[in-house]
Amino acid sequence: MENAIQRNYFKRIHRRRVMTDKTKTLLVTIAAIVFAFIFLLPIILTVTNSFMAPSEINSNYGSIFETTDKGGKVFISKTVNLKFIPDIVTFSQYYIVLFKSPEYLLKFWNSVIYTVPIVVIQLLIATLASYGFARYNGRIKSALFFGYIILMLMPYQVTLVPNFLVSKWLGTYDTMWSILLPGFFSPFAVFLLTKFMRRIPKEVIEAAAIDGAGEWNVFTKVCAPLCKGGIASIAILIFFDYWNMVEQPLILLSDSQMHPLSVFLSKINAGEISLAFAVAVIYLIPPLLIFLYGEDYLVEGISYQGGIKG
Amino acid sequence: MKLSSFISKKNIRHKRKFSANERKSLISWLFLLPSLLGVFLFFVAPFCVVIYYSFINNPIQKIFVGFDNFVNVWNNSAFRLAGLNTIKFSFTAVPLAVLFSLFLAVVMESRIPFKSYFRSFFLSPLMVPTASIVLIWQVMFHYNGIVNKFLMIFGQDKIDWFKSDQARIVIVLLFLWKNLGYNMILFMSALSSIPKDLLEVAALENANKFQVFWYIKIRYMSSTILFVTIMSLINSFKVFREVYLMTGDYPYDSLYMLQHFMNNTFASLDYQKLSAAAIIMFIVVSGLVYVMYRAENRYGKDIEG
Repeated sequence: MENAIQRNYFKRIHRRRVMTDKTKTLLVTIAAIVFAFIFLLPIILTVTNSFMAPSEINSNYGSIFETTDKGGKVFISKTVNLKFIPDIVTFSQYYIVLFKSPEYLLKFWNSVIYTVPIVVIQLLIATLASYGFARYNGRIKSALFFGYIILMLMPYQVTLVPNFLVSKWLGTYDTMWSILLPGFFSPFAVFLLTKFMRRIPKEVIEAAAIDGAGEWNVFTKVCAPLCKGGIASIAILIFFDYWNMVEQPLILLSDSQMHPLSVFLSKINAGEISLAFAVAVIYLIPPLLIFLYGEDYLVEGISYQGGIKG
Repeated sequence: MKLSSFISKKNIRHKRKFSANERKSLISWLFLLPSLLGVFLFFVAPFCVVIYYSFINNPIQKIFVGFDNFVNVWNNSAFRLAGLNTIKFSFTAVPLAVLFSLFLAVVMESRIPFKSYFRSFFLSPLMVPTASIVLIWQVMFHYNGIVNKFLMIFGQDKIDWFKSDQARIVIVLLFLWKNLGYNMILFMSALSSIPKDLLEVAALENANKFQVFWYIKIRYMSSTILFVTIMSLINSFKVFREVYLMTGDYPYDSLYMLQHFMNNTFASLDYQKLSAAAIIMFIVVSGLVYVMYRAENRYGKDIEG
């Protein structure tokens, strides 16, 4: 009898715990959904807005961007309308951007020629350097590495002054090289990759050395391939950062024709606001593809960064 | 005769051994060389010139003026405004970023369905170029924008988000939006690397959830917290991107950041002012990082193995 009561009691407790666990999961999930919605909302809105006709954009946001089309009467609403789905889906913005107005494509191309070489060459130099830092670590190297960390932590407000001076001395001011050269040698990738390199077990390298591999072979055949994941994730991070560059072009390039789209996009005048949405989406596509394709690398790479002492 | 030959032999042997080792270490320096040269040429050497410039009256006359440049910059009202705004922003945005991302990481650690999707959603702002998203921020926070529309529905007054002191709230929100995902991933990996047996022991000892979190998890994550704080601090200086792309060179006073000050000083090519300002910032940032580093060292000392 007593036993039955006890069993009943435990069953009830157990059920209650299952219940609370379930409701808790439900609550947490709902909270996560709300958060995710807030996080995604701006991106979704940008994309849907890019499919709206100029007249629709005007009537939605007319009071914000004070659109004044030349001639003709335009209806401007006093308040904004938040619309997720366009009345009529139109690709006319994209058509105009891609085939009628070369200036956007030109700025897009500027972004490409600044970002891609920096990512490739910075990684090349950094992979070499990180191997140098990870092997035969001595007191001088530790001190140098600490210097790299300090340099990495410096905001653009500090580093742009030296970069500017160098660009004046070398005569690269106002050319693409003023952006590219400091980018090649940015210490960010060196710092992160060294962390990856240091994780390679010594035994692996020694085994390769016993088999007769010289330093160069150890580097190209053992260490660099083992860091492939790290290199990929850092490439993604650097790409996102330089694709989004604003500070450097403003100071190192006085000619706005040479500005990347990340700066130029904000200079689009209010009359072309519907175009701007399409340009914004086009500009978003390369990082988006990289994100979708390389997200696992990215997450793994960020996870590895961990403590700064590493 | 015998002795001398012995010595020389020993010498040779010693020398060969030494040089083989040295050769290897020299090769490792060769790997470093391109990076070292570049860093020296593009960052270290010109920074030395920056230090030099900060102590002379101008690059043509080159008269030593002591700390005059620093005093001038320090007393410059624009620099003060920019510095104060940046400090205010960083000191609110960075702690909030650390707290919220830690919270998100803890939430993501609990059992929820579609975890990897949520992770992607939270991380996605990281890839969005600021230029692509500022249009929507303008739509949201404009005087006639969406946020104010909502406020009016709830009977509140409209706020001029970009032209009032409330602008600070906006940029903190934008900063959090962009950076929470990155920090969250860092915390998630730190949480998952806490030894399981330690948590089991804590459970056996009847530690409650708060104790486990505060005494075990937080302490184990102290180096990650330091890293997240430092990275957030670095990224907080980049909020200039949002501010500039939305409001241009001369924003409302509460949005005037140090980078604005630098841009406008670059425009007037005032080398001394630039140099002195850069050095002041260098010292402040290094000092902050050093203090955080020491604090973490002290706090996480008994755990680091």
